[in-house]
Amino acid sequence: MNPQSCVNIQKEWDIVGARQLGRDIAKKIGFGTVDQARIATAISELARNIYLYAENGQICFEVIDNINHKGISMVAIDNGPGITDVSKVMEDGYSTSGGLGAGLPGVKRLMDEFDLQSEVGKGTRIKAVKWVR
Amino acid sequence: MDNMIKVDAATYKDLMKHYIETQDEQSLYGVEQVSKAFIKNNILPEEIVNLHIQALAELYPDMLEDFQHSMDFLLEAMIAYGMAHQEYQTLREKQNALKSEISVAASMQKTLLGTKKPTIEGLDIGVISVPAHQMNGDYHHFVKGKDGSLGIAVADVIGKGIPAALCMSMIKYAMDSYPEESMTPKAILKNLNRVVERNVDPSMFITMFYAQYIPASNILQYSSAGHEPGFYYNASTDSFTEIESKGLVLGVSPATEYNQYELKVNQGDMVILLTDGVTECRDGERFIETDEILDVIKLYSHLPSQEMVTQVYKHFEKLQDFELRDDFTLLILKREV
Repeated sequence: MNPQSCVNIQKEWDIVGARQLGRDIAKKIGFGTVDQARIATAISELARNIYLYAENGQICFEVIDNINHKGISMVAIDNGPGITDVSKVMEDGYSTSGGLGAGLPGVKRLMDEFDLQSEVGKGTRIKAVKWVR
Repeated sequence: MDNMIKVDAATYKDLMKHYIETQDEQSLYGVEQVSKAFIKNNILPEEIVNLHIQALAELYPDMLEDFQHSMDFLLEAMIAYGMAHQEYQTLREKQNALKSEISVAASMQKTLLGTKKPTIEGLDIGVISVPAHQMNGDYHHFVKGKDGSLGIAVADVIGKGIPAALCMSMIKYAMDSYPEESMTPKAILKNLNRVVERNVDPSMFITMFYAQYIPASNILQYSSAGHEPGFYYNASTDSFTEIESKGLVLGVSPATEYNQYELKVNQGDMVILLTDGVTECRDGERFIETDEILDVIKLYSHLPSQEMVTQVYKHFEKLQDFELRDDFTLLILKREV
């Protein structure tokens, strides 16, 4: 297991910090420029969600390195209000996207794997993984 | 897809190199083709910028570092465009799926609401019904009684599209359940009124004109539930009159009774039934006048009924720049000479 690195998200500035850390890790693992930019954008989306809707949370990165695969895993955890209708937030054109293709469906597209768990009143946990091609 | 990028990447680089050297139009035409291939293969803008960066680096290994950074900056700026593009793509696929679902529904409606134009000796019948969108909120129906009489219903749901179409299926099945011969127009409307009042949302109204033609006596009996009045053409005076008919729209009040009227149809006379999609045709922003409709009908009155309705429809379709605002139904009965 690799050591985890986490960034707390409270202020908008923390979004930049999370991007920076995530991009550095992605670069080290060997992602190309395009994928680095996509990973940073995915981090932005997840961090913004925490900043806007949960106020407090963190994003943790982990390097995955096994025989077949090399990649980056990111987990965004918050103790916010949770998501009432998950299928709705995963729908294109809904809420945060505003036609920009952003929001959680955007994250899902930018990354290779995506998993979401949310409990109303307790919080949300989103895990996303991208593999080096 | 990766292979595709590689092929086009090589072309892109060659074209760019050639263009930098010559600035000729041919290279620009070439890149237009490459660009189209990219779009076809869902290549995102950031990937194209990346391609450009790689091509530059190969052509100019000593490229200024500041310039390189600026290109990376451009790549970052493209990411959001790529995301938006992918979302549009998905939404477009969804839209196509919806469209094809609606077209299946529309053809199902056609089958469900289908009615066969009957053949009655001495009577020439023409009918056309065209929806403004895919689903039709107008409805017409023929019932040929065992006694030789012909029942004709023309109806219009206030509203268009899918809700209107669903509503019409209900009307049709209610009508199918009536024992045909025993029912007079006023009794049919009274019955349907109850069905609509009980089953349809109060915000939805249906108008209907129901007529029964008795070939033996050439009498047309009819009742109307708030429907757009039709016209009677009197051959002996060569003039049109509006068919008088009063009655409340279906579904408003449960205990409505309907009046029944009678009309004698002589040789060469015509009965014209329609929906407001005909009378509310527009010429630009202006609603057309009744006389304009009658003039057009008259213009084609020498033709068999079916050709008449088709020509009249074509006339108004053209007048409205081939864009119907409402469902259009026109039915003409002509007593042959």
